[in-house]
Amino acid sequence: MKIRATFVMALRALRRNKLRTALTMLGIIIGVGAVIAMVAIGNGATSQVENQIAALGQNVVLVFSGSVTQGGVKQGWGFAGTLKIEDADAILREIPDAVAVSPEVRTNAQVGAENQNWFTNVQGESPDYFAIRNWAFSEGTTFGEQDVRGATKVAVIGQTVVKQLFGADDPLGQIMRVKGVPFQIVGVLATKGMSVFGQDQDDVVIMPYTSCMKRIMGVTNVRTINVEASRPDRIIPVQDQITTLMRQRHKIVGDNDDFTIHNQQEFTDAATSTSRILTVLVVSIASVSLLVGGIGIMNIMLVSVTERTREIGIRMAVGAHGRDILLQFLIEATSLSTMGGIVGILLGIGAAKLLSIFAQWPTLVSPLSVVLSFMFSACVGIFFGFYPARKAAALDPIEALRYE
Amino acid sequence: MTPVIELRNIERTYSSGEVQVRAVRDVSLTILPGEFVAIMGASGSGKSTMMNTIGCLDRPTGGCYLLDGIDVSKLNRDELADIRNRKIGFVFQGFNLLARTSAIENVELPMLYSHKRLTGNLLRNKGLAALGIVGLADRAGHYPNQLSGGQQQRVAIARALCNEPSLLLADEPTGNLDSQTSIEIMGVFQKLNEQGITIVMVTHELDIARYTTRNIVMRDGVVVGDTPVRDRFFATEELRRLSAAQAAVQLAP
Repeated sequence: MKIRATFVMALRALRRNKLRTALTMLGIIIGVGAVIAMVAIGNGATSQVENQIAALGQNVVLVFSGSVTQGGVKQGWGFAGTLKIEDADAILREIPDAVAVSPEVRTNAQVGAENQNWFTNVQGESPDYFAIRNWAFSEGTTFGEQDVRGATKVAVIGQTVVKQLFGADDPLGQIMRVKGVPFQIVGVLATKGMSVFGQDQDDVVIMPYTSCMKRIMGVTNVRTINVEASRPDRIIPVQDQITTLMRQRHKIVGDNDDFTIHNQQEFTDAATSTSRILTVLVVSIASVSLLVGGIGIMNIMLVSVTERTREIGIRMAVGAHGRDILLQFLIEATSLSTMGGIVGILLGIGAAKLLSIFAQWPTLVSPLSVVLSFMFSACVGIFFGFYPARKAAALDPIEALRYE
Repeated sequence: MTPVIELRNIERTYSSGEVQVRAVRDVSLTILPGEFVAIMGASGSGKSTMMNTIGCLDRPTGGCYLLDGIDVSKLNRDELADIRNRKIGFVFQGFNLLARTSAIENVELPMLYSHKRLTGNLLRNKGLAALGIVGLADRAGHYPNQLSGGQQQRVAIARALCNEPSLLLADEPTGNLDSQTSIEIMGVFQKLNEQGITIVMVTHELDIARYTTRNIVMRDGVVVGDTPVRDRFFATEELRRLSAAQAAVQLAP
């Protein structure tokens, strides 16, 4: 029995019941289409998150000051005041792979200009901060080292602050009051948008850390030290070297560190793992519909075997072996499922494209998901077609011929 | 001369639960090449079981069956299927053509399951030749529902002939046909028989049996009669007589 002839027979049988074939394929089409589209959406979201985090700055290591306990209440990282400016200088001086360092202080403050005012985040940083964080300027430029040394009253502002204080006016060179202290605006940052954690990153005023510590906050310690490692593979060594250095400087014995260190990779992992879990969930729901589609195929094939009992009898009478009949029905079921799979793949890709065009969702069709869903749909056909096909092959020719 | 069919002490017992039914009891029979045999009997006489056994659709529970000199009584399912494909052509009462499948494709069906690897063209030519034998070469593309009962049965005969079998087996081939079409079909059989094809036919119609050369009568699983046909009918003469009678009816108002 020739495979090609069997194929022709199977396709002819499917063509005879066009509506039934289409409805049976629909289960697989929806299943495969959903898987392809969902994986595309998941991949798109993951890569968007990764891009956002990369935009925060690469190879960044963050040193946080330790936590402090006041009357049994733990204050969280950054409040113990154990990090000093000298610590930041020591990191830059003694760790060769730490190529840039920015000591950081943060506070919230009311800022004003002319007759407008706004409550915003105020950060003290070194001039290197903008390079570490990959943050470009739309106007002006950063303050310099001499501004840090002199605790100059200069500041750089984000787009949200520009909008709130100056509207359409040019803020560059204007004077802005932070907690009543006048600062000159030397630079305007480019838009950065929402962070992956949902904060408006453009709602910020950044000034030399010395200015912020002396003139705004009145503190002598820093909250965080931003460190940039020279290469991605140096992140962990730099982290280890900082740990050693800080323990040495703070004279720490044992494991009661008064600081903690995180790197950008950890934030990336946290954010992408969330979107991965979501993808897995959605894909498993879509897979259930593939399973339902498979059961639909099995159902129709069983009906088909019963309907065509006499045909099976005729074929056997003129010399068909059991395996010829098995193959015929198996090919029929597999053709159903793979054709459904192909249509589903096209539909899934189309749905992903439409979503990215009309809903502005980032989508990314992965070739692996296409190959896998095609193979999976073929397997569904073989798996769910096998039982009905075997039932057909096991028929007794005499009984089958007599079947009304 | 090797007999086409040689049955030696054939037994076929069905066991349905505790009851044992002996459908065929100790039948011995020899059919030589070129014979045209009718197996007759009432329902329950065992003639259908005989037919299934001779047709290699069923295996006897006892005895020995030589088809063309080959013992087929111990073969398995697949071997029996091959024997059916190569040596036996089936014609059924209900025609048993595949619906929504053209006449030529129905005829080609046994060749698809043949061990001989036939290419598409050769397949088509052999199919057309078989349709030509039964006089339906011009209906190759027609579907069964576009053909009359007689034409459908001719397609079935062409299908039975395409693998050049040593035995043509017909199970009540005229059971669903009117008398004139029945005679036409018997004419086809007689023509084939004249060309040397061995035919075994099951029927319960006495007049149809008179077109054959030998009548075997069964009752309760045993052969009770085995006689050559005297006063044999010839389809060509019968058809001429029939049309003359019809003309006479039309002439006498």
